[in-house]
This record gives sequence, C-alpha cells and structure tokens, in this order.
Amino acid sequence: MSRKKLYNVGALLTGLAITFKYMFKRKPTIQYPSRKKKHAPRFHGLHELRRYGDGKERCIGCELCSSVCPANAITVIGAENSPGDRRSPGERYAARYEIDELRCIFCGMCEEACPTDAIVLTPRFEMSDYRRGSFIYSKDRLLVPPEAGVGLAPDDRPNGIPSDLGSVAETKSTVDTDEGYDATWRGTILKTQTKGLAG
Amino acid sequence: MNAWLSPQSSLWWAVLIKCGVLLFVVITSFAYAMLFERKIIGWMQLRPGPNRVGPWGLLQPLVDALKLILKEDLTPKTADPLIYRLAPFISLVTAFSVYAVIPFSEPGPGNVWAVGDVNAGILVILAITSIGVYGISLGGWASGSKYPLLGSVRSTAQMISYELAMAMSLIGVLILAGTTSLVGIVNSQAKLWFFIPQFVGFIIYVVTAVAETNRAPFDLVEADAELVGGFNTEYSGLRFGLFFIAEYINMLTVSCIATLLFLGGWNAVGGLTMIPGIGWFLLKVAFFMFVYIWLRATFPRIRYDRLMAFGWKVLLPVATLNLVITAFVVAVRG
Ligand code: SF4
Ligand code: SF4
Repeated sequence: MSRKKLYNVGALLTGLAITFKYMFKRKPTIQYPSRKKKHAPRFHGLHELRRYGDGKERCIGCELCSSVCPANAITVIGAENSPGDRRSPGERYAARYEIDELRCIFCGMCEEACPTDAIVLTPRFEMSDYRRGSFIYSKDRLLVPPEAGVGLAPDDRPNGIPSDLGSVAETKSTVDTDEGYDATWRGTILKTQTKGLAG
Repeated sequence: MNAWLSPQSSLWWAVLIKCGVLLFVVITSFAYAMLFERKIIGWMQLRPGPNRVGPWGLLQPLVDALKLILKEDLTPKTADPLIYRLAPFISLVTAFSVYAVIPFSEPGPGNVWAVGDVNAGILVILAITSIGVYGISLGGWASGSKYPLLGSVRSTAQMISYELAMAMSLIGVLILAGTTSLVGIVNSQAKLWFFIPQFVGFIIYVVTAVAETNRAPFDLVEADAELVGGFNTEYSGLRFGLFFIAEYINMLTVSCIATLLFLGGWNAVGGLTMIPGIGWFLLKVAFFMFVYIWLRATFPRIRYDRLMAFGWKVLLPVATLNLVITAFVVAVRG
C-alpha cells in the first residue's frame, strides 16, 4: 500500500462521521422476550389437535398423519369409540397421540394428510425445555382444551402470533400479504407470488 | 513529605478522607465508563446496548462486578505464581495512584481539589504511568503460555515507542505554561486553551494516549483476534477484573491529562461560570472518554509493523518538530 493511502486522514474522518451518524439511527432491535416479531402467515410451529363445535375430538385415529410424516415423529394408537363414551364422531378415536417435537421438521405434511383437519400447526414456537422427554407432546398438551374453543384451521388463522404469547413488535413483516412476495433467482425477480397468503 | 505536598492539604486526616472519596469516585466512574462504552458502541452498531438490568441497564456494572467476583480464579501450572498473582495489582495500584496529584477544580483559599498539589505534577503522572506497563508485561510473561507472552512483548515495545512521542507532545505545553505544576498549567490557560497553539501536540497526544492505554485501534496487546486476549488470556475472575479496571482507569487518567493540559481543565467554556469548575472538568473528561469509545467503534486494529512504523517514523519526528518550533517561537517572543 502506498504511503499516501496509509495516512489518509480524510478516510479516517469519514469513518468517524459514519459511526457518529449511526449512533442516532433507529435501532432495529426487537426486545425479544417481551416483544415478538410478527410471523409470516401460516407459520409452522407447535401442533394442535382441534375439536368440533360440540366438543368432540376431530381426530379419528386413522394414522394417516403418522404414516405421511417424513420424520417419523407421530405415534397414533387408535381405539374404538364405545357408545357410552364417544370421543369423536367417527367409529374410532386416538387413544394415544404423541408427537416428538424434536424429531418434527415442521413440514406440515401431517396437516395436509389429515382427512378431518384435526392436526394443525399453530404459530407457537417457544418450546424450549430442560429435558428431552418433555418434547414428546401427548394428547394432554396437543388437544385444544374444551374451554379454549375448537382451534383454528390454518386458513382462518390471523397473521402473526397468538395474542396470549405477548406483544407483537410493529416491524415490517417479511411478507407483505397484500403485495405478495417476489420469487427471485440470483437477484432477478421471476414472479410475484400472492397465492396462499392469508390477508 | 509535607514539604512537597501543598501546605493546605497536609492534615493527615484530610488527605485520608480525600483518598477515600477519590477511590469511591474513581471506581464508580470506572463502572459507569464501562456501561457508557457498551452503550455508545451498541448505538454505533445499531444495537440498544445493555438494557436488561435496571432502568436503561444502569445496574449492569454491579452485576458484572458480581460475576467477576464469583468466577473461579485460575493459575496455570506453568505460571510463575508470585509474579502472576502480583501483576494485576501493579497495574491497578499504579493506575489509582496517579489520581493523587490530579487537581479537579480550582484551588480555593485553604483548600485544594486534589489529594496533593505537587509542583511537578505532570512529571509524577508520567513517572507513575510508566510503571503501569510492568503489570501488563510481567503478567503476560509470568502466565507461562505463548499468547500472553506475545502480548507482553508487544506491550513493552508499544509503550516504549509511544511514550516517547507522548512525552514530546507534552513538553510543548510545558514550555508554553512555563511550569510543571498541573494547577499552574491550567491557570495559564485561562485566556487560551493550549489545544489551539499546540494543535499538533494535542493530536499526537490523543493518538499516543490511545496506544498507551491499549485501546482499539492500537490494542495490539490484547488483540482478541490474533492473541486470544493477549497478556490477560490466562487470567480469570477478579484478577482479570483488576486488569480491566486498570485499563479503564488509565483511560480516565489520560482523559484527565488531556483535559488539564490541552482543554483548559476547569476553565469554563464561553464564560458559562454557573457550572462549577468541577463540572466543566468532568464534562471535558467525559468528552475524551467518548472520543476513545468512538475511535474503538470506528477503526479496525492496525497491523503491528504499521503501529511501530507510525510511532517511530511519523509521531516521534512530528512531535519533535513541534517541540522545536514551540521552543523557538517562545524563545523569540521572549
Ligand atoms: S410437521 Fe411434518 S415432521 Fe412434523 S409431525 Fe407433521 S408431518 Fe411430521
Ligand atoms: S390427526 Fe388426522 S390424520 Fe392423524 S390420526 Fe387423527 S385424523 Fe388421522
């Protein structure tokens, strides 16, 4: 490097001016645990087993979700409904239903395979725990509690994160649901995708 | 002893009280200088900085100190145990003792805003801060591992190179003021602060002071990227904390010297005398601290050979030239 560049005082001052200017800029930080970033619509998070309006479970224990799951994360053991204790409207219901959330890759195949829209993915994502065993979610944690309603189908789910998870930061969403998003390849916009985005 | 301590402050209990207050003030300002630095650097990097402990993160220094105290104190097997344990104290004690002679505000009748108003104050400061480098050199050498050793070798070379230029830049001020007493130097700046006639000296002082305190972009001694942590790699817990405190206190010291010698000490800006002298002094010190933090947030670390080349081939000749010209002008004008 030439001597001229080594002692380029002007460049040093430019650098100082830039850092000084940045000191007063708005910080993009989202104070995470207290404020959360808005998700893309239909974010794939923790599962939920839905109910019908009369409180019956939607799941009919058909095991389609478990066989479609690419990560082998779902275990379903079905059982016959008895006339005295009808858990689901169909003939069978899931006596045991477990998802190992550590195996799950949140692909959403289970959601697509389910004939009764029973298993859906919610936008909840904070599942951290101290023991690996705690990540095997069984029916007691997957099934929507009766007092919490029936659960929402993915298409009905509002954009963002459930209100009980805390306040949402007003940031620019990664996906603009009105404008859609640009499918790009090496910097060129191929097409603007708007299909499948909940409003 | 009392002969060279100022007569007003020779009461032993007054000196003790002053020392106690000073110790408290310096440690507190160290703690908040650290928070200040983390905040400013955070803002410059578009982060909010520490804000979790207390309002605006104001209790952060407290929990940091607690963390350092509770950490394990390790001594490597290969270390020289006595010197290894002693080194942080050399750094810290020398860093603290400088404050004995720094005056913080105008001496009134019968009192002086310093532990001792020594008539060769600036020389005492230079002498004491030169001892401080032993802490770093010995600490790195006694750690018995390679990175600290490299760090301490670097520190020795860097200190020798930059201390020369630093002293040269200060002599210009001494010639103008005609005294080595810090109070005298500040008083002779009542009309014109020395950073205007001694602008070159001022710039050289600021640059060398960064190198003297091992701050970025001259933090070759610590150089986390290449030397893991330099001289303090092996230190942990409170001993590391002592080095850390010493570094920040040295920063405060060089800021104080720059304020006293170049920015008119406690002299008010534009006749705004409603702020007391001590307020002006602290404001100016804070300004210098900000400049050091600003430099750290902006510049990448300079390469080692360039550091040496810059020190010997640029700073020292320019400082010497500045000194000669100053001496000449003062001699001609009588
Ligand atoms: S989201 Fe995918 S991986 Fe997870 S349980 Fe459903 S099918 Fe399996
Ligand atoms: S969740 Fe759906 S796919 Fe899975 S067992 Fe129940 S009904 Fe079948």
